Amino acid sequence: MINTLVIENLKHRWVRTMLSALAVGVQVTMILTLVGLSYGTLEEMSQRSRGVGADILVRPPGTSIIGLSTAPIPEKVLDFVRKLPHVAIATGITVQPIGGVNSVYGIDMESFSQMSGGFKFVAGGPFQNSDDVVIDEYWAQQNRLRVGSQTQFMNRSWRVCGVVEPGKLARMFLPIKTVQDLSANTGKLTMIYVKLDQPNNLQAALAAVKNALPDYQIYSLEEFLSLISVNNVPGLKAFIYVVIAISVVVGFLVVFLSMYTAVLERTREIGILKALGATPGFVLSVLVRETVVLALAGSAAGIVFTYGTRWAIMHYVPGSLTQTIVPEWWPIATLVSLTGSLFGALYPGWKAARQDAIEALSYE
Amino acid sequence: MSETGAPLIEVRGLRKTYRMGEVDVQALRGVDLSVQKGEFIAIVGPSGSGKSTLFYILGGLASASAGSVLIDGHDLAAMSDQERTQIRRELVGFVFQRYNLLPTLSALDNIGMAQFIAGKPRHTEGWFKQTLDLLGVSHRLGHKPQSLSGGEQQRIAIARAIVNHPAILLADEPTGNLDSENSEIVLKLMRDLNERLGQTILMITHNPEAAAYAHRIVHMRDGRIVQHP
Ligand SMILES: Nc1ncnc2c1ncn2[C@@H]1O[C@H](COP(=O)(O)OP(=O)(O)O)[C@@H](O)[C@H]1O
Ligand SMILES: [Mg+2]
Repeated sequence: MINTLVIENLKHRWVRTMLSALAVGVQVTMILTLVGLSYGTLEEMSQRSRGVGADILVRPPGTSIIGLSTAPIPEKVLDFVRKLPHVAIATGITVQPIGGVNSVYGIDMESFSQMSGGFKFVAGGPFQNSDDVVIDEYWAQQNRLRVGSQTQFMNRSWRVCGVVEPGKLARMFLPIKTVQDLSANTGKLTMIYVKLDQPNNLQAALAAVKNALPDYQIYSLEEFLSLISVNNVPGLKAFIYVVIAISVVVGFLVVFLSMYTAVLERTREIGILKALGATPGFVLSVLVRETVVLALAGSAAGIVFTYGTRWAIMHYVPGSLTQTIVPEWWPIATLVSLTGSLFGALYPGWKAARQDAIEALSYE
Repeated sequence: MSETGAPLIEVRGLRKTYRMGEVDVQALRGVDLSVQKGEFIAIVGPSGSGKSTLFYILGGLASASAGSVLIDGHDLAAMSDQERTQIRRELVGFVFQRYNLLPTLSALDNIGMAQFIAGKPRHTEGWFKQTLDLLGVSHRLGHKPQSLSGGEQQRIAIARAIVNHPAILLADEPTGNLDSENSEIVLKLMRDLNERLGQTILMITHNPEAAAYAHRIVHMRDGRIVQHP
């Protein structure tokens, strides 16, 4: 019966109900999209790292995992690594950031293809000239590029010679020599990938590489991937917390306003309920239930909206960002909106519960 | 209880003072009233004479400033807010001039809400059906107040007020907003409820014709009951 009243009240002012739920929903979408982007983009990074086909990674001393900006490894280290026991293939890359979250990767096509199993060209083929660039399908889609297109970065114009399937290391590839020379890193590498003769020689090989290069950061692939997480992106967690806090505050304000106006316009109805013998707790519970319905409906809408934001990101910026749906966060985001909403209902509910019935009924 | 037993309502020296900012308004200045079970009483008097205030106190919606109010042996003056809430649920039914149905609920749900708040199961039993037939609203139960006429709304309000078998029905100018035709319907209904079901009724009215339906007329003026108007 009380639920009938709750539903009918919400239906009665359906525009207000819809707008309030929508506002709550937008908060939920904000949280879920941010989380989905964090997880998705990092997950996609992991997959591309996996796509290289390496078992061991060698990184220079004192650099961070996310963001490869310098190229301090001398190329002779690569030759040295190739001679270590159990090493089947080793290849080096030189990375150059080109603005935003994007970088171009210089690779040695021959050894890189050997290790990764080779690019699958959707169109075109490997480098022919020194100004050729290979890109993946996402980058091509985001920037409307095809084989033969010209594209600008590093203050130069490049010709797209091939478009490959995504999933191997990066989105844009140049011959390693070109990147080294243009970034004043001639003969220097950002990172070395190592593939073993036998996967079960991993521990022995790791020990050998660590022993040979004591100052370097040596990771097995799995160790490296475990480091690509939300916790290791500087500021990301804090950013997520800030968005959650904003959501709680906005949810609070929206529901406060919505319920406050509801209580004001229902002065008489609250008086009627009290004349029927309703306790203050009953009146409060009507408002709390309305709030819970608003918050839950809003959260459900917010969850649905995240499929929309994912579609938009996949459609417009697939080369820069990846959003996944993270159902583990659905209850968290719902709880966040519920918390803000219930706080918002507190004062209006209290006001309604202690409202004087006579005054409401006296306006005859 | 018989006519000669203890009265159903026993009001002695009842006073009520409202505080409006700095000013005290004396709405009731010493009211004495006894009502026997099964009586139908009309209360008449000029506007502002304290009639509604008396009802709110009898119905447990307001507390008395002084004096005693006994309803069916319960002393309202000595009660906490919670206990008075209990009185409203169990002992009284209110009918107002402006019907006061919950606008978002259907007529049937309005009645159901009164049962729900009182903690009673929803009536479908014979007595309830008969009463609705008596009130002539059985066919309008699915409608919301806005699509009911004033007369229909007031009849639903009466059904809601008596559904929990209250000891007293308090009707505050129940015909004040109705045309003469609908007024007559409502007044006859109240007389029927009183005669057939023995419902004790107190009715405030301005209208002498309406007052004539009652067994007894009580006159109020300036917060007191007066013998001669
Ligand atoms: N809630 C209230 N606060 C202050 N004064 C009130 C309130 N209700 C009624 N009064 C005053 O009490 C007196 C009696 O009012 P009321 O009981 O409504 O009389 P009646 O129903 O006979 O018109 C009036 O002077 C009225 O202004
Ligand atoms: Mg009045």
